[in-house]
Parts: sequence; C-alpha cells; structure tokens
Amino acid sequence: MLIKKPADIKSVEITPKELYLNRRQFIAGAAGLAGSAGAALAGFDLFGMPARAQAGEKLPNIKKGPYSTDEKQNSFKDITSYNNFYELGVDKGDPAQNAKYLTTRPWTVSVEGEVKKPKTFDVDEIIKLSPLEERIYRLRCVEAWSMVIPWVGFPLSALIKLVEPTNNAKYIQFVTLQDPKRMPGQKPGIFGNVLDWPYVEGLRMDEAMHPLTILSMGLYGEVLPAQNGAPLRLVVPWKYGFKSIKSIVKVRFVQTQPPTAWNKMQPQEYGFYSNVNPEVDHPRWSQATERRIGEFLRRKTLMFNGYGEQVASMYKGMDLRKYY
Amino acid sequence: MLPKLKLAVFILCAIPAGQLAYDAYTGDLGVNPIETITRFTGSWSLIFLLTSLSVTPLRRLTGRNELIKFRRMLGLFAFFYASLHFATYIGLDLFFDFKAIGKDIVKRPYITVGFTAFVIMVPLAITSTAGMIRRLGKRWQKLHRLVYLAAIAGVIHFYWLVKADIRRPAQYGAVLAVLLGFRLVSKWRPVISAKFAFRSGSSNPGIITKDAETSK
Repeated sequence: MLIKKPADIKSVEITPKELYLNRRQFIAGAAGLAGSAGAALAGFDLFGMPARAQAGEKLPNIKKGPYSTDEKQNSFKDITSYNNFYELGVDKGDPAQNAKYLTTRPWTVSVEGEVKKPKTFDVDEIIKLSPLEERIYRLRCVEAWSMVIPWVGFPLSALIKLVEPTNNAKYIQFVTLQDPKRMPGQKPGIFGNVLDWPYVEGLRMDEAMHPLTILSMGLYGEVLPAQNGAPLRLVVPWKYGFKSIKSIVKVRFVQTQPPTAWNKMQPQEYGFYSNVNPEVDHPRWSQATERRIGEFLRRKTLMFNGYGEQVASMYKGMDLRKYY
Repeated sequence: MLPKLKLAVFILCAIPAGQLAYDAYTGDLGVNPIETITRFTGSWSLIFLLTSLSVTPLRRLTGRNELIKFRRMLGLFAFFYASLHFATYIGLDLFFDFKAIGKDIVKRPYITVGFTAFVIMVPLAITSTAGMIRRLGKRWQKLHRLVYLAAIAGVIHFYWLVKADIRRPAQYGAVLAVLLGFRLVSKWRPVISAKFAFRSGSSNPGIITKDAETSK
C-alpha cells in the first residue's frame, strides 16, 4: 500500500516535468540537426512534415491495470532516448532523432487471415476498443540491459476476441510499417538492408491471448512517442524486447509458425520464442545478468523476466534450450 | 620545433580522453554510461592503432621521414585507450566478477579476440622505450610486427560484436586492409620491379631500399 502511493505521484505529477524537459531537448536537438539532416535527405520535404504525431498528449481515463511491478520506473528520458528501433536508425539515440519522420496519422491496422471478421481498423478506433490500463512492466533487451516502463494499453486478447479467430488460427503474425520515407532506417545502405523489411514478429495463440500481453499506445500516461513504436505496438514482457513489435500495420492469424525478423537474420542467435532465460545464453554473450538502466551493478536476470508465475505453464514440457 | 610539435600531437591525442572525463563529470554520458564509455574507448583505441599503422605509408608517400617520431606516441595512445576499454569492462561492466570475466574470455569469441588484441599490445607498450629498442636490436622489429595482429584482432572484435549493422567495423576493416595492403605491395614491388626491370631507376630507389629494410 505504501509503495503504491509514490507510484501514483510519479506518473501523474513528476512525469510532465520530465517530459517538458525532454521536449525542449528534443527541439534543440532537432534544430541542431536540421542542417545535416536536410543535406542527408536531399529531396525530402522537411518543412512539409507535420510535427511528430500527437506524442505528449495525455491519454484519457487510464485505470491501473494488473501485473504492474512496484520497482523504480525508468525516467521518460531513459525510455524515449535509448531505443532499439532499426527502422529509425541503428544507434540507440537515432530513433529519438528520427522520430519526426514517423507520422502516425492517418494509420490503419489490417486484421486478417484465419478470422471470421477480418477488418481494417483505423488506429483511433483500436485505441477505443477497450479501457486503457497502465501496466508497469520490466523490459529485458536481448542485449542484456533492462528498464521498468509504465505502458498504457489493453490486453491484445480484446482485439483477438473481436475478430473471432477460426479453429485454424494457431499463431499470429505482426507486421511493422514499411515506408522508407517515414522510416529512414529502411533505406538500404552499402551493405543492403540491415534487416529484411518489413519487420515481422509472431506469437503462439496462447501467448497472444495471455493477459500479460498488451497492445500499447501510450507511455507515462501520454500518447506513445514515435521512437517507442507509435501509434501501436505489442508488449510481451516475458520475452526479449525485440518480440514486442512496434508501429504495427498488420495482424494476421495463421496456421503455422510465422517467420520473425531477427530469426531470419541470425537463426542460431534469435529463436521464435525468445523467452527471457538466464540459463540459455545468446551465442555471443551471457544472458545470466543484465544492467538495469540507471543502476551501476548488474542484476541477475530472472526466468521469464520474473513473470514465470504467470507464463511458465505455457511452456511446460518444452525444451527451452531447443525452443529458445 | 619538434618538442613543441610533439606536445601538440600529445594534446590532440589526449582530447578524446579529456572529453570523456568532462562528459562523465557533467553527467553527459547518456542513458547507459558504461556502454558509452566502453564504445568510446574501444573506438579510439582502434582509431589510434590505425593511425599508428599509417605512419609508415605516409612517410613513404610524402617522403617525410620525421613522421616516424610520432609513431611511438600514437601506438602508446592506442594502448592507453585499449587499457581504459579493458578496465571499463573489468571494473565497471562486470565489476570485478572474475568468474564471469573468465567465462566470457573463454566462451565468447568476440571477447576472446578482443582480449588477445589487448594482450598483444602489452609487450609492445613495455618495449617501446628507447632503452628497450636498443637492447632488443633486430628482435625489436620482429616483436613489434605483432601490432598487425593486434589491429586485425581489434577489428574482428568489433565486427563480431555488432548485431546487424556492420558499417562501422567494415570501415575500420577497409582502412586496415589498405594499410596492410600497402605494406604487402611495397614489400613485393622491389622484387617484381627487379624481375621485370620495368621501372629501374624511375622512382626513388633510396627510399625503397630503406623501407624494404625497415618494414619487411
């Protein structure tokens, strides 16, 4: 009880201050970059671009959701300036710098495949499908760092139930926007594409229906910034971060296990399941420990990122070394 | 003139370290400071390794042999940044968890090869003094040819650690390939020239002979 209160204060009162600070920094950074960016993107109409969506706008009527951790949350600045979102650049700071290119309205999400009621939703329609909840989750990146993030969203199951999957729907595939104009990281470099665009991810049906799995459209009570995967992203807290696909345009229900972006790139390093597992190392580095952003000492990585109580039963009898 | 120039180069070489210290002091190392320090010191170590390896080709191309006077300093700065890099890994990243460090070195190829590069640089740094050069005589040059191996290992270390974007390590690799390629070519050119007698007397035989001796 005592722990809950400070959390309340944090997201409602302290955050905006941080946000405004961040915004100022963002503007300063953007102004400084404008020159070089303009040159780099010759022929690209910088001034015709609207400002970065509605990021920063408050989301209405957010209730406290279940499963939230009471661990210390990472700051808005941590969460929005240190991102892996290769569509907006490969360095951690790139997505925040390139966020301005990713316009998120209009935006539609096509829900299709093995469902009785396929539909192309306007993103604003999806946002209203279910009451918004705050879910404070741990996020564990495959690169062995982690954060605590107050997402805003609702269970993916709400969307799934609405479109009525058929009995053939065993997996769900998710697809990110492909548009090099809005996602400059998708422009091929001298070695071709960094990843095979568009980014694709997938979940088994039971994973997708799990109450921990959410669609998120907000952060710290506000509209999700572009660098965090606006306007709509997945959050699957017991899996490595790359499973939580960003800027979704397509949700396809399928019969067989769908291909996933990092698995296509390095199959021996990134599996379909990619559950957080301290005992199964990435071939190139250990997964036993992690650095929580903002902390000096590494901490031990928890099985299923600490969500074992909720999710372990889904993988009963599976060899998690084989199905990494 | 030379001491002043040397001092200027020294200051230039120390600027990255100064900037890092300043950023650390002002808390400007980003969201993941330890990663920032690791990347920064690793990159500068590679940059100085490549710079020190470019001294010989530059001497040859410009004919300015006095450039050799700066090579030791550049090499020692490469070692200095590599030491910071290694110390960051040991002391900040893994906080002296020697069990984990040992495991890393044995199990993780990119750490094995990076560690190798660092280990190779240690005797080179130790034997960089004038006294050592005198004492080791011809063996000194043989020993210091290991720097090629250190540079190759350093670039591979970087290449093996990136997840998908190989551009930066590829850039270092390309520069290294040019620098090593230059040595191969200049080693074989006199032989080839002599064989085919195409260019006898055309270039500067004095320099070629000298170089063939100093850098074979």
